[in-house]
Amino acid sequence: MRHLKSLFALALLCLAALVAAPAGAQSLNVDIVGGLKTATPIAVVPFAQNGGAPLATDVADVIRNDFNRSGKFRALAKSEIVESPSRGADIKFATWRLLKQDYITVGRISDAGGGLLRVEYELWDVNKQQSLLSQAFTAPAGDLRGVAHQIADQIYEKITGVRGAFWTRIAYVTAVGLGNNTTYSLIVADSDGYNPQVVARSRESLLSPAWSPDGKKIAYVSFESGNSQVYVQDITTGSRQLVAAHKKGINGAPAWSPDGSKLAVSLSYVGNPEIFVIDMASRHETRLTNSLSIDTEPTWSADGQSIYFTSDRSGRPQVYQMSASGGSPTRISFEGQNNANADVSYDGKLIAMVQGNGNVYRIAIMDRSLGGQVRFISPGPIDDSPSFAPNASMLLYAATEGRRGVLYAVSADGQVRQRLVLSDGDVREPAWGPYRQR
Amino acid sequence: MNKTARVALVALLCIGAAACSKKQEVKPQPQPEQQPATQPAPESNKYTPADLDTDACLRQRVVYFDFDKTEIKPEFQQIMACHAKYLQDRPESHIRLEGNTDERGTREYNLGLGERRGNAVSDALQANGGSASQVEVISYGKEKPVCREHNEDCWSKNRRVEIVYTAK
Repeated sequence: MRHLKSLFALALLCLAALVAAPAGAQSLNVDIVGGLKTATPIAVVPFAQNGGAPLATDVADVIRNDFNRSGKFRALAKSEIVESPSRGADIKFATWRLLKQDYITVGRISDAGGGLLRVEYELWDVNKQQSLLSQAFTAPAGDLRGVAHQIADQIYEKITGVRGAFWTRIAYVTAVGLGNNTTYSLIVADSDGYNPQVVARSRESLLSPAWSPDGKKIAYVSFESGNSQVYVQDITTGSRQLVAAHKKGINGAPAWSPDGSKLAVSLSYVGNPEIFVIDMASRHETRLTNSLSIDTEPTWSADGQSIYFTSDRSGRPQVYQMSASGGSPTRISFEGQNNANADVSYDGKLIAMVQGNGNVYRIAIMDRSLGGQVRFISPGPIDDSPSFAPNASMLLYAATEGRRGVLYAVSADGQVRQRLVLSDGDVREPAWGPYRQR
Repeated sequence: MNKTARVALVALLCIGAAACSKKQEVKPQPQPEQQPATQPAPESNKYTPADLDTDACLRQRVVYFDFDKTEIKPEFQQIMACHAKYLQDRPESHIRLEGNTDERGTREYNLGLGERRGNAVSDALQANGGSASQVEVISYGKEKPVCREHNEDCWSKNRRVEIVYTAK
């Protein structure tokens, strides 16, 4: 009874702490951790609405937030937007030059009939007074956030030359409740944390979600049977298949090959965790590693030729690279006491990993194009699960604050960090999904 | 949220954690150091299921480990011996060894580490006469902590293998 009381007291205290947080659970907070000298100033004017009921989504607001957390842009605060043109012809460029803006986006939303909205926008270069983009989307009102992210992507690509990755989804795991009353949920949401949808729920731990390259399925580890097992679940239909369920040992750490035909996993039914590749069509398992150490957390290079994984064959966990068909691995991490859980950028140049030094675990990025130089992009002390956006401009990672796990989105240069306030529970295991197809 | 607000939130959480930890002190925690003197059952005397609740040695079902280590510490050898004897005395009995780790390090690597600890206990039980067919190992890694604060005192409680009798 005493135990129960203390649990209850803990729940109340934590609740009190959360309620006391001034930002609340709804808003997203940009936490600028460094200078933004290189960020491009851009004004996104509130979109004009021609008739109809007030909209639940402020399109310009969504675009501004996307830009700000990218680290590449600095969006002019809404409060500083003094004029509200909705067409290029109405822009008074002198005003925006005075506000030191390089670019300006204007737009308008009208009723397209049949429950659809037409969203038009224009991107202008303030100094050249030149139109750079002029596009229109037709979408249901419920998809206005999706439209806003696509507009942000187009503008991002036009100005930086790099494809935008705001119109993407993320997966993560939440744990709500205490002790034996914990409920674990695998959740899929927009890249900014909005529109969360529960994909799977369990009374036992869920971990290691991995997106299939087509974005239709998620592989993950579930303890619902008692032991760890790997499932592959269709996000839309909810149907799922058990793909690794050896009775003995760990079935964990799923990672899709870039063509989606194979799943790398870590299995320990052979005595200790080894890397295997499962052919998804035949379900044939091929063993790739053979050591007495822990070999786990495989991840594929974008060309499908290599698999990176964590191994403690040298004593402490380090990141290794081997051919995707097996063979002798090469150690690639040499800085810090230990390194684990690698994720590779789409172009293979950057490898994010968790580096541990003493009791501090931070996300480190190794730049292979700079001879393996390593830099930290998170402060620690218990950071985990780095996951690159498909354009490698940003990463997600998990951090621990007090007793809570939270997710951060961070620009790849580490300059801008944003905490995604997704849930009142403990949030962990982020995985950034692939580009979406229109 | 600005920096000040973030600091305030962290401070609040810490106050909450501290208050909670105080409350938890009331609850007796199994301590590696505090082992009551045990009287191993005489050789002629076979263990019975009732002994699991009454025998001072058999009642100890948690083995603790040092950081990043999987060796069974000397103070747990006696526990290994009595549980191994129980397995010998009761061939129908079955044990599940649940391996756990502290929060440091990645989740999947910790699954491996928890399993390694479970295997170490399994090996020790077998070295003391238990049969491999009576023992299974499962790893929860860092998924099932008994303590959730970020300090060594708490971590030492989480680095453990729990001995669970699935058949007595």
